[in-house]
Amino acid sequence: MAKQLYNPPSPLETRVLSKRFGLEGSETLDVYLANDGFKAFLKAKEMTPEAIIEEVKTSALRGRGGAGFPTGLKWSFVPRTSPKPRVLVVNADESEPGCCKDRLLIEYDPHQLIEGILIASLAVDAHVGYVYVRGEYRYLVEKMDRAIEEAYARGYLGDNVAGTGWKFDLHTHSGAGAYECGEETALLDSLEGKRGVPRMKPPFPAVAGAWGMPTLLNNVETFSAIPPIIRDGGAAFAALGTPKNGGTRLMCLSGHVNKPGVYEIPLGFPMMKAINELGGGMRNGKKLKAVVPGGSSCPLLKADECDIPMDYDTLAKVGSMLGAGGMVVLDEDTDMVKFALRIMRFYQHESCGWCIPCREGTTWLRKILQRFSDGHGRREDISLIGELSKNMLGRTFCALGDAAAMPTISIVEKFTEDFEKYLVAKEAVAV
Amino acid sequence: MTFSPQLEQRFAKLLTRYPEGRTRSAVIPMLIYAQDEVGAVTRELIDEVAKRCKVTPVQVDEVVGYYSMLHRKPQGKFHVQVCTNISCLLVGGEELYEHAKKKLGVGHKETTADGQFSLEEVECMGACSWAPAVEINYDFHHHVTPEKLDQLIDGLRKAQ
Repeated sequence: MAKQLYNPPSPLETRVLSKRFGLEGSETLDVYLANDGFKAFLKAKEMTPEAIIEEVKTSALRGRGGAGFPTGLKWSFVPRTSPKPRVLVVNADESEPGCCKDRLLIEYDPHQLIEGILIASLAVDAHVGYVYVRGEYRYLVEKMDRAIEEAYARGYLGDNVAGTGWKFDLHTHSGAGAYECGEETALLDSLEGKRGVPRMKPPFPAVAGAWGMPTLLNNVETFSAIPPIIRDGGAAFAALGTPKNGGTRLMCLSGHVNKPGVYEIPLGFPMMKAINELGGGMRNGKKLKAVVPGGSSCPLLKADECDIPMDYDTLAKVGSMLGAGGMVVLDEDTDMVKFALRIMRFYQHESCGWCIPCREGTTWLRKILQRFSDGHGRREDISLIGELSKNMLGRTFCALGDAAAMPTISIVEKFTEDFEKYLVAKEAVAV
Repeated sequence: MTFSPQLEQRFAKLLTRYPEGRTRSAVIPMLIYAQDEVGAVTRELIDEVAKRCKVTPVQVDEVVGYYSMLHRKPQGKFHVQVCTNISCLLVGGEELYEHAKKKLGVGHKETTADGQFSLEEVECMGACSWAPAVEINYDFHHHVTPEKLDQLIDGLRKAQ
C-alpha cells in the first residue's frame, strides 16, 4: 500500500471518530486501549439496554450509510426478548460512487468499530456479528481479521469480553463485487449465500433479517460513532452538530478541488467552506459548476445552491441528500451530458434486475444518454430522460431505481443548456 | 479437489462461522478465496463448493453469474482494474483507461497473449478522494497518471 489515506490534521476538522488516525500503530489493541479504548464498553455494561438506546437517541446520531435514519430509533425496533437470537451486521460494502470513508475507519481504527459493535450487542442482546466487506476491499478483510484475532487473543471478543462475562463472536464476510449488496436486505441475501437482490419490506431486518432472525444492521461509521457517544455522553456528541443532526461525520471530498481527501466535520458545516477551505478551493482557478453532495445517487446542486450548511434536513430542503458523505465537486468545464451518462452506465451495470422499472429504466436511459453523448440526440430526448426517470421513482423494491433517477432528473432539469449544446452542434453538422 | 493448507484452514473456519445448518452462507467467501488460488471458478470448483456448503451446484452457479468479481475463465496474472466512475472521471480516469488499453494492447475483460495481464474498466472501488485509482489484483494505486501506470506495468513485467 502506498502512503496513508488520512490528511494532516486541519484546524477546520473536529476529530472524534478519526482522533486516533495518525497515531503509530493505531490499528492495534494496545494503542486503542491507551487512547480511551473500551472505556465506553465497560460503562455500557453497567447500563441497562434501554439506557444505552436512550443515550444513542440523545446523541441524534443518524445512519451514516446514506439514509440518515435515527440510529437510536433503529436500535429500539429490534425485539430484544424475541425467542430467536439477534444478529448484528456491519455494512462495510461501501460502494456508492464518491464514498471512501469506511476504508479509513477499518484500516486505522478497527478496534473502535469492534467496541461500537459490542455496545450495540449489549443494547439488543446479540451474541454474534458479521462485518460484510466488499470483495474489492480484500486488504481490509485481512486487516479486520487481524484486529478480530487480536481482540479474541486478548479477551475483548469471545466468551468473556473484557472480563465482564459478556459473550460475543465477530466474523468478517467477504462480498464479491455488487453495488446492490450495500442495500441492507440485498446484503442479507448475500450473507446467506445468495444473489444479492432486495427483499420485500416489511418485515424489516430488525424483525426478520439474517436467516430470519432479528438483525441490527448499521454502517461502519455508525458503529464507530458509538464508543465516543457512550464515553462522553450522547448530549456532548449531539452538541457538535445541529438539532436532530448530531455529531461529526467523515466527508469524502473529491473532484475538481485542490485538496481532495477524507475530512471529519460536524454536521451543519458550510458547504462552501468545505470546498474553499478544507478542499483548498477549485482546481486551476476554475469556477464551481455543481456539487454532488453525498454520493452519486444524490441530486446535484448548482453552484448558486451550494451556500448551505451540510446537515440532513437542509439538504432535504434543497431537494437533495447528504447520503453517505461522498461530496464530488464539478468545475465549469464539466460536460453534464457525459457526467449523466457515466452515472447511468453505473446504475445500469449494477441494477440487479429484480424489479422491471429499474432494470429496463436504467437500460433505456443509458441508451438515450449514450445517443445524446454520441451527437445523435433529439430535442424530445431531453424531456424523455426526465420522464423515464420519474417513472422509476418509488416503483422498485429497493432504492437503486431512485438512486439512478434522482441525479439524472436533477441534471437534465438544472443543466438543460448542456444538452442544448449537443443539439446545436448536431444541427451545425447537418447544415 | 485439493487446496493449499492455508485455504483449507480458511474453509474450515468459514464453515463454523454461521448459525447451525446455515453453511450456504459460506458460498460467496469460499468462491472468492478459492478463485484466487485456482485462477477461475471452474465447473469442478462449483461442484466442490456445493458439496462443502451442502447446497446444489446450481445454487452456487447462480451466484457466480451475479457477482462481478467471480469469473469462469482465468484472468491475467495481474488483473488491472481502472476506475472510470464519477470521481475518477473528473480527474482523468477515462483517459487513463484508454491509455491502459493501448499499453496492454487489450480491451475490457481481455487478457494479453502471454497471460500476464488482463484489463477491466471497473465501477467505483472506494478511492474517490485519491482519484484516479487503479487496483491491480487486490492492491490499490492512487493518483495514477498514464506515466505512473506505465511504470507499474513495466515493473510487474520486469519482476517476472
